[in-house]
Amino acid sequence: MTDVNLSRRALIQTSVGAAGGLLLGFHVPQAHAAKTESRPWTTPTKGVEVNAWLAIDPDGTVTIRVPHTEMGQGGMTSVALMIAEELDVEWSKVQAVFADANRHLRNNKEYVTMFTAGSQLVWRQHPHIMQAGASARERLKEAAAQAWGVPRAQVAAKQGVLTSGARRATYAEFASAAAAVKLAEEPAIKQAKDWWLLGKDVLRLDIPHKVNGSAQYAVDTRLPGMVYAAVKASPVPWGKLKSFNFEAIKNRPGIVGAFELRAVPGKRGQPDMQDAVAVVADSWFRAKTALDLLPVEWDFGESAKVDNAALSAHAKKMLGETGLMTKEEPKALEAIAASKKVVTAEYERPFEAHLRMEPINATVHVQDGRVDVWSPTQDQSVAIQLVANQVGVPEKDVFGHTMFLGGGFGGNGAGGTAVTRQAAELSKRLKRPVKVLWSREEDVAQDKQRPMSAARLSASLGANGLPEAISTRAVWFSLDKANQWGPATADYGIATMPYIIPLRHHERHNLDTHVPSSTHRAPGANQTGFMIESFVDELALAGGWNPLDWRIEMTKGKDDWQRVLKTLKEKSGYRTDLKKGEGMGVAAVECHGTIAAACATVTVSRRGQLTVEKIVVVADCGHVINPRGAVEQIEGAAIYELSHAWHGGLDMRGGRFVNTNFDSYNLLRIDQAPEVEAHFALTGGKKWGGMGEPAGPPVPPAVANAIFAATGKRIRSTPFRLHDLSWA
Amino acid sequence: MAINLSINGVSHSVDIEPETPLLWVLRDAIGLTGTKYGCGISRCGACTVHVDGQATKSCQTAVSAVAGKKVTTIEGLSQDSSHPVQQAWREVGVPQCGYCQSGQIMSAAALLQKSPKPTDRQIDEAMAGNICRCGTYQRIKAGIRRASQISGA
Repeated sequence: MTDVNLSRRALIQTSVGAAGGLLLGFHVPQAHAAKTESRPWTTPTKGVEVNAWLAIDPDGTVTIRVPHTEMGQGGMTSVALMIAEELDVEWSKVQAVFADANRHLRNNKEYVTMFTAGSQLVWRQHPHIMQAGASARERLKEAAAQAWGVPRAQVAAKQGVLTSGARRATYAEFASAAAAVKLAEEPAIKQAKDWWLLGKDVLRLDIPHKVNGSAQYAVDTRLPGMVYAAVKASPVPWGKLKSFNFEAIKNRPGIVGAFELRAVPGKRGQPDMQDAVAVVADSWFRAKTALDLLPVEWDFGESAKVDNAALSAHAKKMLGETGLMTKEEPKALEAIAASKKVVTAEYERPFEAHLRMEPINATVHVQDGRVDVWSPTQDQSVAIQLVANQVGVPEKDVFGHTMFLGGGFGGNGAGGTAVTRQAAELSKRLKRPVKVLWSREEDVAQDKQRPMSAARLSASLGANGLPEAISTRAVWFSLDKANQWGPATADYGIATMPYIIPLRHHERHNLDTHVPSSTHRAPGANQTGFMIESFVDELALAGGWNPLDWRIEMTKGKDDWQRVLKTLKEKSGYRTDLKKGEGMGVAAVECHGTIAAACATVTVSRRGQLTVEKIVVVADCGHVINPRGAVEQIEGAAIYELSHAWHGGLDMRGGRFVNTNFDSYNLLRIDQAPEVEAHFALTGGKKWGGMGEPAGPPVPPAVANAIFAATGKRIRSTPFRLHDLSWA
Repeated sequence: MAINLSINGVSHSVDIEPETPLLWVLRDAIGLTGTKYGCGISRCGACTVHVDGQATKSCQTAVSAVAGKKVTTIEGLSQDSSHPVQQAWREVGVPQCGYCQSGQIMSAAALLQKSPKPTDRQIDEAMAGNICRCGTYQRIKAGIRRASQISGA
């Protein structure tokens, strides 16, 4: 077990105390850091390509091509680190650029995948990424071995230099020869014990460009002759556009035109356009102002009758009906029916939007024989496919430009949203570059939402106060009754809970609505983690157990869970004897291959004002390749989920979402943000897990459990802001 | 109507409707894209710039209202990313996705100008108008304290 205390506070204190402000310890100093550019997709490679992933310049600079997107999760740095580790090249000689998405598609998925989601980049994709670096290293060694007439085993490759006895050459000298080498067998990747670079603290490469406004996001795209579009899709999803009156706005300044965009009939899939109207002008503000003044008639149909209360009532009804079997165990139902000590509770959570800080947008330029797309997508190759499909050209003629993303959180997964099709369609019609930018209101209203969900959970307790049987039924409202988004189903997180209960029965319902839904950072677990981890707190307390000891008892024999929970106990100082108005709560959820446990400390004033003082998170993601980056993800995911649980909740009335900007759909701000302290309890060995998402799901239940400890009030729905937390 | 502006020490004359928000003049007319659009209603702070040294939400500031005033954007905070807040932001590694950070940095710089050694409460008050979706608040606080040190306060 490795318990690395990487609390941000500890790092900062070290930082502040050190001369010159550099961090002490085992990090790679910034002065010797690798680099990237503010427009890293345009950086030309002067050097020789050893394989698709890297090229070496005559001066020894290694350009690493990153097929994944950088949305603040450190993807660009992580890929560069993994390849530099295997290649064995000085970190200061590395520069990272984004890989060519068109080439990826042209060459039969040359980079295996460009998809950046599911916390998979390090967890799932490290084998092929590291292998690309290892392969390049072995080719360089083989090229030198052949030139020097020695076996490859007698050539060493270290820090950009090849040596064998007295012979010495730089990687650059053998780059061309290496590119032509065919290895009989590809090398295995390194074991963690042999790492020289991975596992050390590294500042992300993109940071210098994010402190001076130079980092280029899709929304910053500016092209000669470009026009701007503001769009409004049916505010009630899948409503029909009846008419609009262009005459009313045609004389406004800078107007190019107004265009109808039509849904593809019969298609309600993820990236498909809905009926919409677009106003195009010579600046976005002029387009948006005119759009707001444009009279538009819609036919919303039956969906206009749907609201949160109706969906909630439907969810409740379905919680009373038999669903799909996730795990069928009739004996669990019998045991609960026969028991004298049963705990039952219902939980519910609302729709939530992704609220990326960069509102959704795309720029497309359709020309004869070539189409270019700038999109804040989590998979450039899918953006290319969407544009090719919409314009009606071969994929090889579409060029995707990878930009920095102003957030992703799953909302830009799988090619993102209809905006790419909208921009493609408008550029096709106008024959000039078009930037489509959704207003914040449009961004929220037309997002692919995280599904509203609910669950009923029942368990019977035995003589020792521990559960003997559990039965759960979960529902979610997913478009077209989709059974799965990403790794998630309606009861993901509930049916996958780690607790050893002799009899377990799990059911789920997939309910249809008109609301498009999609993956959202830690899909499934982000909703259900709150339900199951609040419910087991209820079980523990009903059985007379300390909730943290209960979790340790109920995961006996599961080494990784034991390590995480015991580390949490040690680091958090969890206690149940605080005075009224103060409370601590714990929760633990596994997703994306990683276990994360959280302990929240709260105070609640008599009048019900909540303060979240601190959150301690312990994670087991197997290995950490950049501790600093992993800590950032823990801090960020914790704040992210707390935002939704405390302040979130989309409000649907008349079939449309009515709280679509930060005045009515708020996020956690600095004055309410708790301190987040991160620890790792790593299994190591063969275990790898993701780190972009898993720290989020345990936070809302940890806070809700702490609120119960402080006030005696059990919160069974979010957002917390709608609950009266006052106590006497 | 032509409006004369001073942006980062450079004079510009823009012919545009006077009610146009400064944000869109900066981004679309002048091409300074470091200042970001986040909400358009002055609730997220991504568009924060300095107007005569005051942190100002440019999405709700009519361009006509800053005629004759000194506007500073993230691009003009320093020539070479050497402003103490920028130095501190790099050192601490504040940004994640980075989209909100121009606004965060401009708010922080204005705060430190006014209060070279801000208290926790002053930091909260000055920065509560700037949302960070990635949740970098802890590092923003550390960055402000570090910038205060760098400035020699």
